[in-house]
Amino acid sequence: MKTEDLKNNKDYKYGFTTDIESIRAPKGLNEDTIKFISNIKKEPKWMLEWRLKAFERLKVLKEPNWQKPKYPKINYQDLYYYSAPKSSSEKPKNLEEIDPKILETYKKLGIPLVEQKRLNGIAVDAVFDSVSVATTFKDELTKKGIIFCSISEAIQKHPELVRKYLGSVIPLSDHYFATLNSAVFTDGSFVYIPPDTKCPMELSTYFRINASETGQFERTLIIADKGSYVSYLEGCTAPMRDENQLHAANVELIALDDAEIKYSTVQNWYPGDEKGVGGIYNFVTKRGACRGKNSKISWTQVETGSAITWKYPSCILQGDNSVGEFYSIAITNNFQKADTGTKMIHLGKNTKSKIISKGISAGNADNMYRGLVDIKNKATNSRNYTQCDSLLMGNKCGAHTIPYIKNNNSTSTIEHEATTTKINEEQLYYCNQRGLDQEEAVSLIVNGFCKEVLQQLPMEFAVEAQKLVAISLEGSVG
Amino acid sequence: MLKIKNLDATIDNKQILKGLNLDIKPGEVHAIMGPNGSGKSTLANVLSGKNGYETKGDIQFNGENLNELSTEERAQKGIFLAFQYPLEIPGVNTNIFLKTSLNAVRKAKGEKELDTLTFLKIIKEKASELGIDEKFLSRQLNVGFSGGEKKKNEILQMKLLEPKLSILDETDSGLDIDALRIVADGVNSFKNKDNAFLIITHYQRLLDYIKPDFIHVLSNGKIVKTGDADLGAQLEKTGYTSLN
Repeated sequence: MKTEDLKNNKDYKYGFTTDIESIRAPKGLNEDTIKFISNIKKEPKWMLEWRLKAFERLKVLKEPNWQKPKYPKINYQDLYYYSAPKSSSEKPKNLEEIDPKILETYKKLGIPLVEQKRLNGIAVDAVFDSVSVATTFKDELTKKGIIFCSISEAIQKHPELVRKYLGSVIPLSDHYFATLNSAVFTDGSFVYIPPDTKCPMELSTYFRINASETGQFERTLIIADKGSYVSYLEGCTAPMRDENQLHAANVELIALDDAEIKYSTVQNWYPGDEKGVGGIYNFVTKRGACRGKNSKISWTQVETGSAITWKYPSCILQGDNSVGEFYSIAITNNFQKADTGTKMIHLGKNTKSKIISKGISAGNADNMYRGLVDIKNKATNSRNYTQCDSLLMGNKCGAHTIPYIKNNNSTSTIEHEATTTKINEEQLYYCNQRGLDQEEAVSLIVNGFCKEVLQQLPMEFAVEAQKLVAISLEGSVG
Repeated sequence: MLKIKNLDATIDNKQILKGLNLDIKPGEVHAIMGPNGSGKSTLANVLSGKNGYETKGDIQFNGENLNELSTEERAQKGIFLAFQYPLEIPGVNTNIFLKTSLNAVRKAKGEKELDTLTFLKIIKEKASELGIDEKFLSRQLNVGFSGGEKKKNEILQMKLLEPKLSILDETDSGLDIDALRIVADGVNSFKNKDNAFLIITHYQRLLDYIKPDFIHVLSNGKIVKTGDADLGAQLEKTGYTSLN
């Protein structure tokens, strides 16, 4: 490990490690590891069987290789699949029981875990390496019948909901990384909003990878019952390390009749250094099912971190009149690579989808929008609108747009617009002439470019995201 | 305020300015006229610190060597350029741009940055002086603005930032007579004994509204003739060729 050297890299302010004793499963991907995870989490038998079924399936699946950013072969036998801070092996019952070092870490990250900060009005579930360490505001949410807890807790306390919905959007055999996740997932968040309930606050999860040589496989399941509403936000950071770490999460959303889920992500995993050494492989499967009529799922993502970002948050529009939205900002700098976009599968009648993608590429980075709009034959009178804009900074980076469009009925319409622009020297000069320095000018122009997406974020996070956008591009204009 | 001695400027291996001299004192209005390609816009670009020019010679601005300052430092110290072609910046609200700009300049001067409410009060007042509709301030910066609106926006920025030296690069081009008068009124109301103007123009007509103290004729990279306000009218009659 060269973590010491990396500490000098000031660009990534979340790059610290926390020195905590941890419990790990032995290295390697095998039945024993899976049994170890299931056992330590005191899971019921059905859960272990489900995991083992996924593992059986995994053996015959091949790692996909169609994506643009290639990466060296991952040795799955050389990874740890479970790492938990020792002090959390008995899950703390309240915040006072959490290891102060973990609380300190979250404090450095700016996450208001302590309930004194309740004024912020955001309930947080924090996942440290493989386990969920704290969920705030639990009591207040419980009064409304809202369940917001770690998925491990949900498996024990709400098995009927978990069994009904887990894997119902991303099936066990979906694809390599999703199936891997199903076999070895360690923790994540679970949300259930009862019928006709508007969740009174933002729900938020913070993911932190701390241990080295550890894959993080979290699993999130959100169910919005009939007529309910929830807004959910996830944030992610990791220490700076010169190895590549795998993050393969699965997120499943289910919206029943007239329900709405708004899911926002601010992804700031460690992107690697200026030469492209280290960084997270962010290979994530996110999929939402608009299962009920008039339901709505909206994905907003601000992707600034990771060495490679490879994900397509998708909507399956099953219910009639259901709506799917995807708003994305993907920023790649230095040697970062992104292959990201969405899938909108229209099955129900009068379904609508909207895709707004803003890709920004600087340094030697490569940024790809890849998206599928598939309107099936029974999805009559459906509509899609797609807008993909790319912004290039410098002349060594790349931007690519690959839309796959299928329309199987004559009453539906699909619109696609795409632009590629280069950040303009004259615009920068104009801003400089008005007293703004180079960084301020870039930040202003880029935030203008991303505005339609930033507007979708919950207020508290929009400001943070704006700053993040500016920080990610620091030094990218000479 | 501004002292230029023997200024040469070269871009893409082509020498544009060749030993230009100019001296501007507080309270003065200087006009630079001259045929196309004589180096008028180059002079504006070099003074504001645009990249890409190689320069030789001495430019002093209030006792400081301009060559050592970046574009934004020059702006912060009070050099303002009203662009011939103001840039469009999509997605950026005009008000936000103006506020960011004003606060950057105030910060550099060691003044307190303005909060949004105070800023809005100031900007509304200045906009109404120029007959600019408030709605125009919440539009994206210069996007879809008419030529006249863009030029008025430049003058609004000038009045907001209160520079010491304002360089107007062909601000009159593309303006109808009403807009021309508004722009000229904007300049005249801002003019005082402590600030100065360098007005670059092809035509006499702007100078009918803003009376210059000096008119310089720029030809082939240097000033070939300097006169008072009457020189403009004379040039209008005889053209530049009469000076050769």
